[in-house]
Amino acid sequence: MQAKSLAEILQEHPFLEGFKPEHVQKMAELALEVQFGRDQIIFREGQESGLFFLILSGKIALEVSAPGRIFRVQTLEAGEELGWSSVLGEGGKHFQARSLETVRALAFEGSRLRQLCEQDPAFGYALMKRLLKVVAERLQATRLQLLDVYAPRAAKLI
Amino acid sequence: MSTLATAVMTSIRARVGAVVKETHDTFTLTVSPADGQALEPFRPGQFNMLYVFGVGELPISISGDPEQPEQLVYTVRSVGQATHALVSRNPGDVIGVRGPFGTHWPVEAARGKDVLIVAGGIGLAPLRPVIYHVLRHRDDYVRLLVLYGARSPRDLLYRKQLAEWSRVPDTQVLTTVDYGGLSWRGHVGVVTTLFRQVRLHPAETVAFICGPEIMMRYVIRQLEARGVAPNDIYLSMERNMKCGVGFCGHCQLGPYFVCKDGPVFSYQQMRPWLDRHEI
Repeated sequence: MQAKSLAEILQEHPFLEGFKPEHVQKMAELALEVQFGRDQIIFREGQESGLFFLILSGKIALEVSAPGRIFRVQTLEAGEELGWSSVLGEGGKHFQARSLETVRALAFEGSRLRQLCEQDPAFGYALMKRLLKVVAERLQATRLQLLDVYAPRAAKLI
Repeated sequence: MSTLATAVMTSIRARVGAVVKETHDTFTLTVSPADGQALEPFRPGQFNMLYVFGVGELPISISGDPEQPEQLVYTVRSVGQATHALVSRNPGDVIGVRGPFGTHWPVEAARGKDVLIVAGGIGLAPLRPVIYHVLRHRDDYVRLLVLYGARSPRDLLYRKQLAEWSRVPDTQVLTTVDYGGLSWRGHVGVVTTLFRQVRLHPAETVAFICGPEIMMRYVIRQLEARGVAPNDIYLSMERNMKCGVGFCGHCQLGPYFVCKDGPVFSYQQMRPWLDRHEI
């Protein structure tokens, strides 16, 4: 059986659903297939990592460290995205990312994606719309998480 | 009081058979009639009023198998004086039982379709009878999808059963916790984040939701965004129920009494009332 091309793999990823074929092709030209073993740190909090990932398989945890402990705040799985802030190119990572099992992903240099957005505004608009959707979903999920809806009423602060 | 009113307001004596600790604050009680009476059959989603003598009466959803009506099963979270008293009963103790009351999950409406169950916290308990029903009548349904969220790994109910159900063909069981420790290798995130892991066929899906009301509203938004029709979405509402039969009015929600007209409503019915303040 012939292996799928990067463009074919990308076409099937939910992040690029509805993307024009020529835009998928542009993404494919920048994509690098990567793999992480179980319990590998993909990037650390504060680290300047310029990579944006589309996860193909496996599970990744986003973690925040505090003195003496680590909080696991979210997990990401196949079909999801990691490192959206690298596309904005501002500052270091807000979380630590750790693979909980073997992870396959496609990696993209955030700076190259930004360049493409500048050169081709139609591509840039399509990419930013998708990134905004990801950010909005994460924001809503975080708000719901903050509400702590399963806590006993007596334990709630408000 | 009329004969009918007397009948629905009178408890039968029932004996506690077993009390199983599910989590640090939640217990499952098995109860059967103390004096040999036959229990009224129940439908998935209905509830009984359970009376702890000298303490108080509580509406508790039935979490057991509807096709094993000879014993009633309840999963109760100990959050107040009456629930604490209930879960502190010992095998052999007698409590009062009234009902079953209320509307049921319309499992018949889902025949030939995918059944999507979305539960949060203790909300899995009233939905467990639906899972039992679908698994007993597996050929009547297409896929069974269970999305279950809890506060933390130590709050997950029925962990052994969740693992068993996930091994049944055409069944997908996804669990998540809002807060996970380092030893937890499962999903972390609110229950709505699980929607990215399932492929829904919106026209062929009937969804049953139970959990805190805020969580249900967020879940409904996900379902609507994916094209599931409001009359294919059902939810179980919670209000302060006292009589269980629509006499006292404590559980009024818009034009409905939750105990009598609910607790299971279609989203079509509930839509005007869900986002309204002070109801």
